[in-house]
Amino acid sequence: MKSYSKTALAVLFVLLLSLVFFGCQQKPGGGAIGQSTAEKAFVAPGEYDSHYAFISGGFSGQLAIHGLPSGRLFKVIPVFSVDAEKAWGFNEETKPMLQTSHGFIPWDDSHHPDLSQTNGVIDGRWCFINANNTPRVARISLQTFETEEILEIPNSAGNHSSSFVTENTEYVVAGTRFSVPVPQRDMPIAEYKGNFKGTLSFIKIDPEHGHMNVEFQILMPGFNYDLTHPGRGKSHGWMFFTTYNTEEANTLLEVNASQNDKDYIAAINWKKAEEYIKAGKFKTLPSKYAHNVYDEGTHSAATTMEKEVRVLDPAELPGLVYFLPTPKSPHGCDVDPSGEYIVGSGKLAAALTVHSFTKILKAIEEEKFDEHKYGIPVLNFEAINAGTVEQPGLGPLHTEFDGKGNAYTTFFISSEVVKWKLGTWEVLDRKPTYYSVGHLMIPGGNSRQPFGKYLLAMNKITKDRYLPTGPEVCQSAQLYDISGDKMELILDFPTIGEPHYAAGCPAELIMPNSKKYYKIEENNHPYVTRSEADSRVVREGKNVHVYMTMIRSHFSPDNIEGIKVGDRVYFHVTNLEQDYDVPHGIAVLGATTSELLIMPGQTETFVWEPKEVGVWPFYCTDFCSALHQEMQGYVRVSPENSNVKLTWTLDGE
Amino acid sequence: MKNIILILSLLSILALAACGGKETAPAKPANPNGLTDFEMENGIGPVKEKIQLAEINMDMAAKGEATFIAKCAPCHKLDKRLVGPAQRYTADRRTPEYILNMIMNPDEMTKLHPTGRKMLAEYLAPMTNMNLTLEQSKEVLEYLRKIAKEGHEQNIVADPVYRNAANQE
Repeated sequence: MKSYSKTALAVLFVLLLSLVFFGCQQKPGGGAIGQSTAEKAFVAPGEYDSHYAFISGGFSGQLAIHGLPSGRLFKVIPVFSVDAEKAWGFNEETKPMLQTSHGFIPWDDSHHPDLSQTNGVIDGRWCFINANNTPRVARISLQTFETEEILEIPNSAGNHSSSFVTENTEYVVAGTRFSVPVPQRDMPIAEYKGNFKGTLSFIKIDPEHGHMNVEFQILMPGFNYDLTHPGRGKSHGWMFFTTYNTEEANTLLEVNASQNDKDYIAAINWKKAEEYIKAGKFKTLPSKYAHNVYDEGTHSAATTMEKEVRVLDPAELPGLVYFLPTPKSPHGCDVDPSGEYIVGSGKLAAALTVHSFTKILKAIEEEKFDEHKYGIPVLNFEAINAGTVEQPGLGPLHTEFDGKGNAYTTFFISSEVVKWKLGTWEVLDRKPTYYSVGHLMIPGGNSRQPFGKYLLAMNKITKDRYLPTGPEVCQSAQLYDISGDKMELILDFPTIGEPHYAAGCPAELIMPNSKKYYKIEENNHPYVTRSEADSRVVREGKNVHVYMTMIRSHFSPDNIEGIKVGDRVYFHVTNLEQDYDVPHGIAVLGATTSELLIMPGQTETFVWEPKEVGVWPFYCTDFCSALHQEMQGYVRVSPENSNVKLTWTLDGE
Repeated sequence: MKNIILILSLLSILALAACGGKETAPAKPANPNGLTDFEMENGIGPVKEKIQLAEINMDMAAKGEATFIAKCAPCHKLDKRLVGPAQRYTADRRTPEYILNMIMNPDEMTKLHPTGRKMLAEYLAPMTNMNLTLEQSKEVLEYLRKIAKEGHEQNIVADPVYRNAANQE
């Protein structure tokens, strides 16, 4: 007995010792975080997150809504890619949203969401996001969390420096990544230099409804335009675009676009541009681009093909554009909350370059130009440089601000986030990311009023951070608490792919305005059925229109006869519910389309072209009540030459 | 030891007293879910006081009929059970306040009110909130009063509310 307790004591002692020595050590990769740290990201069941995060879905083409600090995923809003779950691009109402001058496109690559602002502060009205591949900008309502508008960008190719918002949402910008012949024409690629052009588009936002139009484009030299941010405060009225490939290479850019010691940040005086437009100093280029608008009243979208665009040529219009020399293919181009500092992240440079807006204005006034490039003045680097953050890390990409005088920059190659001080340029803290961080987001961190508290790092590689799922592993973001002097990693969470860029804000800016259901009286869909008494089936030649209603838990009508092979059957289905969180779905066997998922008070339409005779069932796809499984019906399909009368019934009536 | 017994006895008396309340008061069973007597009779919801009913207002009843067809008819017929109960004699069966509260606050009524709960057990599909205004609900009430009156005049037989034996009133 005694020897037992001695052994036990010895074991306990060893355990204690090992705790003392190893207990504080973290796993390689920094996996373990303490319990008190975990509490910072914990949101108890039934409680709300304090912040919304709008995280781009990258090559999924969508926008994901997460809560912070929990990282929980609330909704994936379909934007540029079809979504069978929500019938986006499948139902008749939303097909026009994906129309372009190249026809219907079911996919794109969504990159940079940005939120509307009033007086430089996030106002919670809209989220904008760009499509990279077939250049477009989308506007998403933050009342309905639905995409309401998609505008194609003409003369652009790779809409990358987009969709950033000026401080009163006057404009959303869209700069082209690829320069191309403008207008497009058949020409040898090798004649790129001097012949290809890049356009920077300014999309005017109607302050009441948010409707977008391409107000003007600035026709720039054939560089690559990477990222952009608006001036704010004292620099309001200016827009800053990073460029790379100022070498104008058209092949092996990896090497050939990395030759110049400095590329440029293009500073655009858009207030000057407005003056030139007013004075008629523009050219009108014939063009073709789609403008798709979703109307909440009719629950339907329509496409308009626009035919021309106004273009300004900076070589002929003095004071419109200046080039700020910035080392080594800068990526991020970020303006601090005061509007004084413009941070250029030379992604191949060893230092971060910061320009001073005050010095830029002075250099312009004193004409401190080193040269002119394609007629555009290049300002003297020393004359505009505010400072340099020396040796901050490798591969700087993107900077945001906490509103307390600090900046936070991501470093892709050295895989870390670095906190540094504006003005003194000293590095204050650095924390690893897992792994290869791209962009970061501080709620309000690119506005005049950052909300601070959290920093979201969006990673390009997750490798060993999660349970493996075959060769394609999950996409991931990481959350840091930045309320103290030192940053603290508090959460890893998976996202849809790729989480390229994000915007965020406190929940109270959005939550009170979130729509609960659509009022049936305000539903002006051309095929709405506002009452079960009005449900019916109408034949117009080969087209058959089913005016159907749904309510817990039945369809009206639910027995339809007299449909024939070769008919084109439109199911116009109205959800009669007028309560929160009671969507219904519908799908019919053999329909070569998606289900419909219809919110209370909404009407949606799918088309079914039955090819086989028979009696085919349809049912509700969204679990709606205890009798959801009873929510079903039948359509009888007869041969093309049959005489079966067109009838529709519910409960035999 | 004696002291201990004494203390224990005193403690148990105290404990009992704390649980039992005043033993002298006449025993009235508490309402379920903390409902007030008013709520037991008139339902839980925006209507918290008795309302005065006048003669049936035919203009309001006509508006109520239109609302009934648009919002209620998917689940309710007059003389036949459908998703919910037949509506011919609801105005006889329930107080006006109960009817208004059931229309405007079905979520709580089917969760907290004993009659609402029994109805849910019988019909299984919870009464849906169609977000009617108080004015619209009062119009529907006038319509229900009108059809009940017509039912008596025409000797229309009531469709039973409950078929499930366990729910018989």
